[in-house]
Amino acid sequence: MDEKRVHTGRYFMMGNVACAEGALAAGCEFAAGYPITPATEIANHLAEKLPRVGGAFFQMEDEISSIAAVIGASWAGKKAMTVTSGPGISLMLENIGFAIGVETPCVIVNVQRGAPTTGMPTIGIQGDMVQAKHGSHGDYEIIALCPSSPQEMFDHTVIAFNYAERYRTPVFLLSDAFVGHMREEVVIPEAEKIETVYRNIPEPGTDPLKVKGFLDEDVAPMPIFGKGFKAHVTSSCHDEYGKRNLIDISALDKFVRRLSNKILKHKEEITLVERDYEDAEIVLVSYGGVSRAAAAAASQARKRGIPVGTLRLITVWPFPGEEIEKMARKTKQVIVLENNLGQVYPYIKAEAAHFAEVSFLPPKLVGEIQDPEDILKKIEEVSK
Amino acid sequence: MNELVHPYHCFIRPTVTHTTFCPGCGDGTVAQSILRAIDGLGMDMDDFVFVSGIGCAAWIPSPFFNADVLHTTHGRPIAFAFGIKMGLPDKKVMVVSGDGDLVAIGGNHLIQNARRNIEMTVICVNNGIYGMTGGQAAPTTPMGVKTTTTPYGTFENFFEDISGLVIAAGASFVARWTTAHPRQLTNSIKKAIQKKGFAFIEVLSQCPVQFGRKMGTGNAVQMLEDYKKRSISIKEAKKLSPEELRDRIVVGEFVDLDKPEMVEEVTRMIRRASGEVQEVVDAGRG
Amino acid sequence: MGRTEILIGGVGGQGVVLSGILLGTAASLYDGKQAVQTQSYSSELRGGSARAEVIISEDRITDPEVRRADILILMAEDAVGRYLNKIKPKGLLVIDADLVKGVTSGDYDILAIPATSIADKEMNNIIVANLIILGALIKKTKLLSVESMEKAIEASVPKKAKDLNLKAFRRGLELS
Repeated sequence: MDEKRVHTGRYFMMGNVACAEGALAAGCEFAAGYPITPATEIANHLAEKLPRVGGAFFQMEDEISSIAAVIGASWAGKKAMTVTSGPGISLMLENIGFAIGVETPCVIVNVQRGAPTTGMPTIGIQGDMVQAKHGSHGDYEIIALCPSSPQEMFDHTVIAFNYAERYRTPVFLLSDAFVGHMREEVVIPEAEKIETVYRNIPEPGTDPLKVKGFLDEDVAPMPIFGKGFKAHVTSSCHDEYGKRNLIDISALDKFVRRLSNKILKHKEEITLVERDYEDAEIVLVSYGGVSRAAAAAASQARKRGIPVGTLRLITVWPFPGEEIEKMARKTKQVIVLENNLGQVYPYIKAEAAHFAEVSFLPPKLVGEIQDPEDILKKIEEVSK
Repeated sequence: MNELVHPYHCFIRPTVTHTTFCPGCGDGTVAQSILRAIDGLGMDMDDFVFVSGIGCAAWIPSPFFNADVLHTTHGRPIAFAFGIKMGLPDKKVMVVSGDGDLVAIGGNHLIQNARRNIEMTVICVNNGIYGMTGGQAAPTTPMGVKTTTTPYGTFENFFEDISGLVIAAGASFVARWTTAHPRQLTNSIKKAIQKKGFAFIEVLSQCPVQFGRKMGTGNAVQMLEDYKKRSISIKEAKKLSPEELRDRIVVGEFVDLDKPEMVEEVTRMIRRASGEVQEVVDAGRG
Repeated sequence: MGRTEILIGGVGGQGVVLSGILLGTAASLYDGKQAVQTQSYSSELRGGSARAEVIISEDRITDPEVRRADILILMAEDAVGRYLNKIKPKGLLVIDADLVKGVTSGDYDILAIPATSIADKEMNNIIVANLIILGALIKKTKLLSVESMEKAIEASVPKKAKDLNLKAFRRGLELS
């Protein structure tokens, strides 16, 4: 990657700024968004830095047009992203479904804030977790990463772009105001140490009638615009060639299944978790900023002689059920921690409950991640 | 034996076997005017990316035009087109969609991009009704008309002058014709394609199946005759009072002007920011 | 040194968040320590409540929230009610004595600095009261080295304001 894009060095950097730096390092060329707290720092930083490498950030008239422009730019061959918070995602959902339907690589950053509705803009919660998976209509799979630190805001943004390009799909970065506004040491490596991926495209000069640009579970090459592929890209039910079919149920079945299977087939290589539960009788399962409190509690518990481990989901979607089952088989108690009232908990419980007792510890105050002291109390309670 | 082939057949996607338009629909006239303009300019379909939304008119380029086509969600084609144009500034980007798509659900994208004056051609096929869903009232349906969602007659004021809206928003080129003016329409599309800026063409187009039946304006031929009868040139219209202009359709090219175009402005900004050219904007700042 | 949790409470425009950034930057980039800085503020940019949290530690910082502050810095009367209960027993309470009056003594040390009046009289600019407080804090606690703090100030504040901020910080060093 271009050295101008990678600002190698050691910084005390805000998570949102690190996200923008990650986007630059990943090769982002086009960004569009609408101002919203607590995501604005990403937009501001991209607006300043993207033009220096030939790209640009565009402030659109709303979030609907932001994601639309991002999808358009992606079909024009650009690596593209949008940045927003929950209210913006709510507006984007129809077009996120569009991006999934026509297999468009793009990165969607949601710096989650106090919700529902306008809520409390500067407070971070994990309130939009299931929205990312189920917000748009219909069955689909999505990829979502949950950073827990400014360093990961950088690292995960790079991964998000790579996943988006590799699997031709929108990828969510589900951060929150707490991690987005957090400052911590961020190390940006040298350009050559950052892996970047660009989508496969059909062989230039291929007869347009022979381009199979859609619905391949192994990810079809993307017939991007401007290359003579004469791509017909419609979000209506279509076949491998992009040809619309609005009448055969079997075509719809293929459309739905193949889009989902494209992600599920590659779940193992997509899934990222942090496992630290060897010999643990109690495992704390969490993601994002909460996982740091979980790690603190687990280490204190171990000091007190209670065998507590942790499983941290870095990719929450596609849901890593196999990882949950593997963990649950080895332990007795599972405590799920989220900064919400239990959004991913039912998914975890469904996978783990056959093998272990599963319980949920909500934050004392929604918006403030669980106090390790409270987690310890819960650990002592379940270990009795 | 040589097969007799339509001169514009080469512009049609080879896998397409038939049109989806109802008998008498104006969309065919609009489609042909677009292709005539492209052919007349000596351009190739590979010079274009077509974008459409939801509704009958959106089906003009999708799937019929043998080019890169993005068929998008309802109301948003101009917003998608924005990203495409920024990504492929050398291509001609053309949006073809209906009045419901571009003016009702997508109205703000139309206004904002006319304001930006981003180079693209937007052809708004105005049939005054929601045809595809079975004849519901549109913001362009005249007051009092009974539609499937207004069985006692519409009770809303309606958009009589979409072109006026786009002019006010700041577009470089704005014209209005009807499907009874295919030659004039073709000429305006040619100009629109070549315009450095946001070029908007409103085409009043007959929907005999939904609109014609409801309005009692009859079949396609009668509707076209009605268009002809009611149309009046901009020049002639200036001589008439507002009362005399009631129920008339003012046709012609309203605006054709040169002003800063957004893609060029962005390119200039990028050159400044990346240090390719001397920074001039910040010079006055203390 | 273990983990030190610092909470700074004030109102928008007082440089509450900047104070947090300076402590975090000094610890993380120049003092060989780990630091996490977080913040919260109400949506209005000026006059609303503002809070910065900094955790400084020799070791990796897992839990990033300030739970019980070893050091509580209050720069506005408003912040007393909101944050005084967050201070750890035997903790250090630092107040801008010009702005914070309603503090009763408790199980904590109090370092009261008339930062705003000094900034006003000596620097003609109350905006650097926060730097005076930081100077006094560093002098009293030796939490971070003076050199690291000065480097952090140089790296973090706009060029035009650098000298004024350094001057205020150094003035603070004389106060405790």
